[in-house]
Amino acid sequence: MENILVIAEHDGIHLNPSTAKCVACASAIDAGNIDVAVLASSAGAIAAEAARLDGVGKVLTVENAANEHVLAAVLAPQIAALADDYAYVFGPSTTFGKDLMPRVAALLGVNQISDIMSVDGPHTFKRPVYAGNAIVTVEAPVGYPVVATVRSASYKAVGDGNSAAIESRDITVDIPTHTRFIEVQTGSSDRPDLQTAAKVVSGGRAIGSSDNFDIIFALADKLGAGVGASRAAVDAGYVPNEMQVGQTGKIIAPDLYIAIGISGAIQHLTGIKDAGTIVAINKDEEAPIFEVADLGLVADLFKAVQEFTDAL
Amino acid sequence: MDKILVGLKRAVDYNVRVRVKKDGSGVETDGVKMSINPFDEIALEEALRIKERGEANEVIAISIGPTDAQQTLRTGLAMGADRAILVQTDDPIDPLSRARVFLEIINRENPGLVLLGKQAIDDDNNQTGQMLAALWGRPQATFASRIELNGEAARVTREVDAGLETVEIDLPAVVTTDLRLNEPRYVKLPDIMKAKKKTLDVMPLTEFGIASSPTISEACFEPPAARQKGVMVDDVAGLITALRDRGLV
Repeated sequence: MENILVIAEHDGIHLNPSTAKCVACASAIDAGNIDVAVLASSAGAIAAEAARLDGVGKVLTVENAANEHVLAAVLAPQIAALADDYAYVFGPSTTFGKDLMPRVAALLGVNQISDIMSVDGPHTFKRPVYAGNAIVTVEAPVGYPVVATVRSASYKAVGDGNSAAIESRDITVDIPTHTRFIEVQTGSSDRPDLQTAAKVVSGGRAIGSSDNFDIIFALADKLGAGVGASRAAVDAGYVPNEMQVGQTGKIIAPDLYIAIGISGAIQHLTGIKDAGTIVAINKDEEAPIFEVADLGLVADLFKAVQEFTDAL
Repeated sequence: MDKILVGLKRAVDYNVRVRVKKDGSGVETDGVKMSINPFDEIALEEALRIKERGEANEVIAISIGPTDAQQTLRTGLAMGADRAILVQTDDPIDPLSRARVFLEIINRENPGLVLLGKQAIDDDNNQTGQMLAALWGRPQATFASRIELNGEAARVTREVDAGLETVEIDLPAVVTTDLRLNEPRYVKLPDIMKAKKKTLDVMPLTEFGIASSPTISEACFEPPAARQKGVMVDDVAGLITALRDRGLV
């Protein structure tokens, strides 16, 4: 039977939500079992979370002190060894999966399908190219393992009512020591990363100043959202350029995108058109952002944002 | 170190609004401006800065692609690369094959560092660097926003979802670049003239004897689905109700 192996993303303590989205993508393939591999120094709690994901056949744990930190060079040979029993090896299209999965694919002697956005058949998938300005249908070669990353924004997480079996696996492969983890600095705030946040609140030039941007941060913090900005807001110096969303900034696809005081120049829309739900708050009812917004509110942004923040 | 290898892919310019061909066979490229893939330009800039700090002797720019990619390499030479190699093919070439070509060049040149863009903005694959590191059996540090060389090793800060991760890698290694690593220099006219005298070797891909890899075929291209116009809400309370109905707040 053609089984699917999903590589769990985690931080050593908890399973990352991207894994449940990978399982959702795997569930769309008419294949055999979907197993989840947890490679960690101590896998128990993470494996227990993975075992609850609906559709999972079993959870394989590979415990090794070398797996304490996520290093592609360390994990890839272990995954390649596990992959012998599988027709598909999937990981999330997050920086974790983007770093790791091509290394796995190369060890298995195949190309990778990057950013699966839909499954059209056992070997047929859709993926975005040219920053999402085109969608290509690709056919993976039959008779080879399919290694892929799953575009998180294209899938909803599966439920967590399962109780799959957990099996420990010993893998004997050479684990390199040429790559060493030093540290990870998570930004000065607990705000989610703009590019992977499930929710993003962005402000435009109408915010008016750097100080005024605090209202955007306050709303974002209530929502647990990342914060972005239009190019106009960045050019005006309200926020640093790494917050720019759009054609020349970051292309994002959160579940919820809230554009505040953003008119919706075509360059900005390119960066958000794959968002799940787009909300626009703008006082100009003619603003082009309302052409793409799922929910639009014509209002004074300062009043509306304050009311919105207070109500959450 | 002696040599740094840099990959330069010729790609549709960053500012072009890409359109899908009517017959779905690809995207329009006739008369479209082509440039160095922006991430690769950053990789070259970083290599040049390393050399200018006296930490490397030679920067070699490599492109795998059609004859036109010579222009891309000439731009790289004008930026400051010492010499260039075009591995020429008119056929589409997949990331694994690209990695195999790079590995062959590595075996000939023995670089201390290979710098590649994290992805090309045409196919958006984000694979070649990682695959090369795997085939080479060497470290990879992807999505680099800072590179610090310390003799036999390098410390690389990587832009990851959680923030900034620092890893230490033994050299030689593959590093792939993210947007905030540096701001590439502008090419000056005298440098374009000087670049014409630099060595650009053209080698047919067929001479490399690269094993063919199982190729993922591209069946058809289509434009992304257009978004439907949504609904207007009257006030903030209405907005919150609508978001709750969708399970978003």
